[in-house]
Amino acid sequence: MKQEGHVAGGGRRVRLSERGVERVLTAVALSAIGVLALITVFIFIGGIPAIARTGFWPFVSGHKWAPGRDVFGIFPMIMGSLWVTVGALAIGVPLSLACAIFLSEVAPPRTARVIKPAIELLAGIPSVIYGFMGLVILVPLIRNRFGGPGFSVLASSVVLGIMILPTVISISYDALKAVPDAYRDGSLALGATRWQTISMVLLPAARSGILAAVILGMGRAIGETMAVIMVAGNATKVPGSLLDPVRTLTSNIALEMGYAAGMHRAALFGTGVILFVIIMLLSVLASYTTSARGKAR
Amino acid sequence: MATRQPIEPQPKVEVKGLNLYYGQHQALKDVGLAFYANQVTAIIGPSGCGKSTLLRCLNRMNDGIAGIRIEGKIALDGSDIYGRRQDLIQLRKAVGMVFQRPNVFPLSIFDNVAYGPRVHGLKNHARLAEIVERSLASVGLWGEARDRLNAPALGLSLGNRQLLCLARLVAVEPEVILLDEPASALDPISTLRIEELMRELQKEYTIIIVTHNMQQAARASDRTAFMLAGELVEYGETRQIFTNPRDSRTERYVTGKL
Repeated sequence: MKQEGHVAGGGRRVRLSERGVERVLTAVALSAIGVLALITVFIFIGGIPAIARTGFWPFVSGHKWAPGRDVFGIFPMIMGSLWVTVGALAIGVPLSLACAIFLSEVAPPRTARVIKPAIELLAGIPSVIYGFMGLVILVPLIRNRFGGPGFSVLASSVVLGIMILPTVISISYDALKAVPDAYRDGSLALGATRWQTISMVLLPAARSGILAAVILGMGRAIGETMAVIMVAGNATKVPGSLLDPVRTLTSNIALEMGYAAGMHRAALFGTGVILFVIIMLLSVLASYTTSARGKAR
Repeated sequence: MATRQPIEPQPKVEVKGLNLYYGQHQALKDVGLAFYANQVTAIIGPSGCGKSTLLRCLNRMNDGIAGIRIEGKIALDGSDIYGRRQDLIQLRKAVGMVFQRPNVFPLSIFDNVAYGPRVHGLKNHARLAEIVERSLASVGLWGEARDRLNAPALGLSLGNRQLLCLARLVAVEPEVILLDEPASALDPISTLRIEELMRELQKEYTIIIVTHNMQQAARASDRTAFMLAGELVEYGETRQIFTNPRDSRTERYVTGKL
């Protein structure tokens, strides 16, 4: 009501400038989509020749990566990304959930107000710093403790597990905070303990938000490059244990793009295509679970 | 306590000299009254008079509020619920509450009703199913819910959700049921159903209801307490409060002039 009156009162000039603002905003929004479309087209144009020549199935399931002989199989890298991502989730998700529950349900509000921004600050540390810490502390520790080269699935998982903390914590914290207090009161009034309330009412109520947090954390773990390169060892071999070195899809591109040419270069773009498809699937999954939550409310 | 008058029944819940402060603001002023078993007691008064605050003191739901201070004594069957030895979980099991807005959990109908018994340690599924059936039946919801026990409780109508909240409470077999404006969000038919239910449930429970609906208090309660600005103005049998109030403020309120 109020707004309509305002526009009507302002007359033609206001209406014109209103339309101008709309146009500019639309153009900006479309250009963001345009950039995304260009990147997609560019990656696919660069990568399709290598995938086509090798054949899709040999490309994704081939165990041998030998650019010098034009043999391109990225199965070890797919497995590598899978291993370190699962490892990162195994380490990061329980920690994050515990932390989000603590901040949202246990800590006094004043404590939460201090800790939450501190955690979000973790997201601002450049990934090379995480990699560096992993390189000088974690890798020697693993080498001396458990044997092997130290550069390993384990080291990458720990570093990535720490790196996804801010994402997973703050989104699952928001999901828990969005659970209405009426549920907490209702549960406590029935004589439930705080922990029973959390595990039997709040976590189920926040489930889809927490799931979205995990999926976004997974996306972050799959996409991370620099920190992983520094601690993973980067061997193009399917890892047989947690202590074996590993190369991820992103590392493969970053390590070799500097000197690659011809079919080798196209094969790296092909690696990008596969990565792109995996990450797109994850985002679709994430937005699907968050919109499912919207409907449940 | 030893010189209790033999004629008056022993109160189920007794409040004495209750003062409650939110920071500097005093929300309850020297409130004292007794609630009796198998009766429905209504607490009426305008918004902000402290009636919900008083109700929430009875199962200590105010405990978690920052800056709150509570003085005085509330006894359940003669023992102080704010005493050092009071187990909060046992208290809330004995004194249950239904809230203004139906707050069914986002779980199935069955899991909602079974929630209380489960948190109190019951795992046997046959026993749980029995309790769920009995509790739903006692609020008149069994007929509608029996075929959809595993359906989400949030799919029920608002009125039925409130009945489900009541069933969820009955399932833990409390002694006292606190109702905080239980019908204020409901349509007239559901409201009537809740009132009939209170009459039914009073055979087994002590019922205390906060309401701003005076017809409801007049219809459905045995005793009525009138509160104003944190003070208990008048307390007596419902008939007397509504037909022959002693205090002029009560009279003005029940006749709609305050």
